[in-house]
Formats: sequence, structure tokens, C-alpha cells
Amino acid sequence: MNKIVEVKDLTKVFNGYRAVDSISFDLFEGEILGLIGPNGAGKTTTLQMLLDLTTPTSGEIKIFGLELKANRGEILQRVNFSSSYISLPLSLTVEENLTVFARLYNVSKPKGRIEELLKVFEIYNIKDTPTRRLSSGQITRVCLCKALLNNPSILFLDEPTASLDPDIADKTRTLLKKIKDENGISMLYTSHNMKEMEEMSDRVIIINKGKIIAEGKPDALIAQYKGESLEDVFLKIARQ
Amino acid sequence: MKYKIKRILAYTIRNLYLYKRSLPRLMEVFYWPVLDLVVWGFVSVYLSRQEGLPDFVTFFIGALILWDILFRSQQGISVSFLEDVWSRNLLNIFVSPLSPSEYVASLLLISIIKLILTSTVMAALAWVFYSFNILTFGFTLIPLILNLIIMGWAVGIVTTALIMRFGQEAEVLAWGIALLFQPVSAVFYPVAVLPRSLQTVALFIPSAHVFEGMRLVITTGAFPAEELIWAGFLNIAYIVVSILFFSWNFSVVKNKGLLAKVGE
Repeated sequence: MNKIVEVKDLTKVFNGYRAVDSISFDLFEGEILGLIGPNGAGKTTTLQMLLDLTTPTSGEIKIFGLELKANRGEILQRVNFSSSYISLPLSLTVEENLTVFARLYNVSKPKGRIEELLKVFEIYNIKDTPTRRLSSGQITRVCLCKALLNNPSILFLDEPTASLDPDIADKTRTLLKKIKDENGISMLYTSHNMKEMEEMSDRVIIINKGKIIAEGKPDALIAQYKGESLEDVFLKIARQ
Repeated sequence: MKYKIKRILAYTIRNLYLYKRSLPRLMEVFYWPVLDLVVWGFVSVYLSRQEGLPDFVTFFIGALILWDILFRSQQGISVSFLEDVWSRNLLNIFVSPLSPSEYVASLLLISIIKLILTSTVMAALAWVFYSFNILTFGFTLIPLILNLIIMGWAVGIVTTALIMRFGQEAEVLAWGIALLFQPVSAVFYPVAVLPRSLQTVALFIPSAHVFEGMRLVITTGAFPAEELIWAGFLNIAYIVVSILFFSWNFSVVKNKGLLAKVGE
């Protein structure tokens, strides 16, 4: 498999505190890479550096073989992001919000693409509803539609199912896996739901205090740490 | 270039969608300016009926409409930025291919659209209620307005940068920072009324030259070349400094990891 993201010695220091401490990893084409760790471990900072929202103190980020800082526009055109902690302007209807982003990403035939995604996420019926009238679960699904508008090659997902009920969360995970299998999208995925990470991730990186402390397939990590689940592994590491 | 323009227009359209079905936002564009015009307009009419006083209607209403251009020009930028902060949409915008310079360009465009709407309504009402025709300023109106718009942009860009840096605590600046310039802009009175120290400050405020110029046109009909040259040069300095400040501040915000925290 080809490397699609290459991170080398990435470091971020905030006022003397090393939030991310010289981490290196790769994301391969068509892979779901889970990033897990306790609160404050450095996951969000890492994700923000990969999206050029935060400038690294040192280290190198290459996406599609291109250096991120020098090729920001080109790279961001081919990736996307979703998080349960962000939202969309509430006065706009679902379709208006998605139309704006379709134009920002220069999506061809935006109307058709929007309708297609709304149907995939089973929210076509709320197309003309102002976003303020949606439940948080519906907003999350609209944000996921936004994240897929440009047919991204890489999807950065920050706890994408955190505000969904178990049924919708399960459907969303199934859908994300299906989209990944059909389109070969790579995903960098963070979540505090270890069961979800075990189910979704091809490979997992565990971060603690800014450093990568374990890396591998979920099954291999469970065996390595002599646990029964990824949650056991996480608890052992977090309490070390 | 084609995609740059598309992205700028996309973000501009987003802001226009916001006004489609939002009464509070429409009030921001029409209600407050109209209310100002009505109150100050009748005060001016009352004063102009007193013997021995100058033509208050022209001075006050002209000044009011022009001041509103500066104020709305600044707000057009700062409030549009705040819309993204309030709706937790800022990250969606900054992880899109829209660059910071395209973002600022679309804020400027939005500010112009809002200005055209507000000014047209105000000018029409001034003509209907007070028989005040803003076009009596003639050709001079164009450089007067342009200078006020550019100063409003400069103040708006700096305000936006400060909100990015200090978060929602600095939101109050979006509503108040232009008013800081009002006393030394000598909007409703000549600069000569100010104490000597503030007269020196006014010398470096573009809008003070614009309003001095406006009064010169009203009283003498002459083209206020000197005032407009002063205002023009000061505005070039203001806009260059504001863009440099925004750019520097944006890199500081990214270094400190504050972009994701602006809306918190």
C-alpha cells in the first residue's frame, strides 16, 4: 500500500509544554488509522497540525507526497474533516449549507452530489429544513455529508459518532466502512469509544503525554498487552 | 484564479443566505440605521427652524449617513466573522481550500453588499422625510465614501484579528471599536472644536479629514482636495498596516493553536 500521509518527528510545544513530542507515523491508502489516548494526550493537536490549523514547532508533514505548508490549498482540496464538536450556520437549510461547501470545494454538479449524500445518510427528508431545527445526531450526519462532498482521498474524523444514539452511531460506522471500501478513502479517526476503534480501525496508534507508546493492529495490541479488548489496553496504558 | 474567485463568491453567498430568513440580521442592516436617521433627522429639523443657526439638516444627516458607511463597513467584516464563531463553523471554513486572503476578500465583498443596502435605504429615507439629497455632494461623494469604506475595512480587519487572538471575550470590539474613533473623527462638529491635543490626534484619523471635507463642500461648494489627499494617504497606511497585522496575528494564532478555540 502507498503512503498517503507521512509524519516525521512532529513536535508541538506550547509555552514549554510538549503537547506532541517527536511523533512519526504513516497513513496508507485505503486504511483507517485510529488515534487513541487519554484526554490531553496530543490527539487533537496532532489532527490540527495535519489540517494546518496549528503550526508545528518542528517536524515534517507530507500529504500525497507534498509538504503541507507549501501546498496547503492543493492538499485541502483533496481531504476533508468532520467532528461532532463543530457545527454549521443554523439559519441556513441543510441544502444551503452543503451548497456553500460544495462551491468552496469546487464540486462539479453539486446539487446531484448533495442529494446523493443525503440519501446515503438517510436524511434526504430534511434537505429544506433550517439547521437549527435538527437534532445533534442529524447535524452530525449533515457534517459527515459535508466531509464527503469533495470525494476526499483522506477523511480526518474527530469523534464523529460522539453525539449519536447507538443505532445511528452503528449505521454511521457501517456507512463509513462501506464508503472506505468502495472508494478507497483513507481515514484518520479519533474516538474515546474503544469498542468503536476496535471495530473501525485497521491499525491503531496509542498516544500518551505527546508520545506514541504503542502501534499496531487492534488484535495485536490486545495480545501484546494481555487484555481482552482495546479498552483493557487503553486502561492499562492510561494508568501506567 | 478562477477557483479563487469561485471560493470567494461561495463564502459571500453563505453570508447572504444568512440574511434570507433572519429578522435580527435584517435589523442590523436596516433597523438601527433607520432609527438613527429618524431621531437625528427630526433633531436637525428642529434645530434648523431656530433663527441664526446653520443648515443643520444638511450637516447632521449628511454626517449621519457618511458615519454609518464607516460603521457598517467595519461591522460587515467583524460581524460576518463572528457568524462563523457563533455557529462553530470556523474550523469547517479553515480546513477548506479557502485561503486566509480569500477569506478576507470575501469579508470585504460582504461588507460592500451590506453597505449598498443600508446606504440606499438611508439615502432614500433622508430624501423622503427631510428633502435631503445626498447626491447634492456631487462627484465629491465618491472619494468621501471610498475613504470611509477603506477606513472601516482597516478597523474591521484589525477587530477580526483581535477576536481571533483573544476569543469571544473580545467580541465587544466588533460593536464598539469604530465608536472609539467617533469623537476624534469630528463627525457632527468641526475639528476646531476639539482640544488642541485631540486636534493633533484627529490629524492622523482619515475620517476626520473626510468629515472636514464634507463640511467644506456644504459651506463653500469647493472640492476638498487637501482633506481628501490626507485621508487617502492615511487610508493607504491604515489598510496596509491592518493587513500586515492580520497576517502576523494569523500566524501567531496558528502557532498558539488558538484557531480551534476561538468559539469556545
